[in-house]
Amino acid sequence: MKVHLSRRYWFAASHRLHSDALSDEANRETYGKCNNPYGHGHNYFLEVTLSGPVDSATGMVCNLADLDGFVHSHILERFDHDHLNLRPEFAGIVPTTENLCVVIDGIVRRGFTQAHLHSVRIEETMMNSFEYAGGAELHP
Amino acid sequence: MVYLTRKAEFSASHVYHNPAFSAEENLRVFGKCNNPNGHGHNYTLEVTVKGPIDATTGFVVDLKELKEVMHREVLDNMDHRFLNKEVAEFSGPQALIPTTENLAIVIWQRLAPKLKVAQLHRVRIYETPDLFADCYGEV
Ligand SMILES: [Zn+2]
Repeated sequence: MKVHLSRRYWFAASHRLHSDALSDEANRETYGKCNNPYGHGHNYFLEVTLSGPVDSATGMVCNLADLDGFVHSHILERFDHDHLNLRPEFAGIVPTTENLCVVIDGIVRRGFTQAHLHSVRIEETMMNSFEYAGGAELHP
Repeated sequence: MVYLTRKAEFSASHVYHNPAFSAEENLRVFGKCNNPNGHGHNYTLEVTVKGPIDATTGFVVDLKELKEVMHREVLDNMDHRFLNKEVAEFSGPQALIPTTENLAIVIWQRLAPKLKVAQLHRVRIYETPDLFADCYGEV
């Protein structure tokens, strides 16, 4: 039987929501205080969900040590305590949490080969969260 | 269709060990979860059922009934137990390794046939607040 396995991580990063395609006034109107020039930060909670059959020898969808190792070196070390707007991943992309989901989904989907990535979910604050499954619908 | 989730907690211990592996292999694959005397967790179980709202009662499912099934089929048997020794699916010659993934499957298989009143949608089991497994009964 297929199982979805989810692991939570967190990192702190800053961002500023500003689109070069909009005038300064339109930016302020669209993004409000998220457009303040020096940016601001969040503690992002990241949930990575893998899916697949359970290996009968190990009882696992994926060895957590492998997933933890990948997420630490490819996501947390990359984004933790950094300014998202200055990262190459966000060149020309507004670092909303929607786009952060898409970027992180892409990094894990391309780089992590030990199990199938189902989706990523990010809580920007306790009040908003975002979820992305590589463009697919989320649930069976 | 409305989805309804009931939560419960139980505490249990387990050890990850595959008798077909060598001692070194067990340690390499399972790490400290292979420590021979086992260790325990406070598990949180979330059972989600789905169904239409009954016009008379306004319920998807009678929560008393759902709670009763969860107790009888899962909690009474697993709470404050050593999974590898005291829970059928995880002991004996055909034993599954009591990982979070297998717990989700076992709990699904126990609940799905017993829920007459509503359809089981998801079994979610948290081993810790930052690790959980979901079973939707997909083959
Ligand atoms: Zn454990």
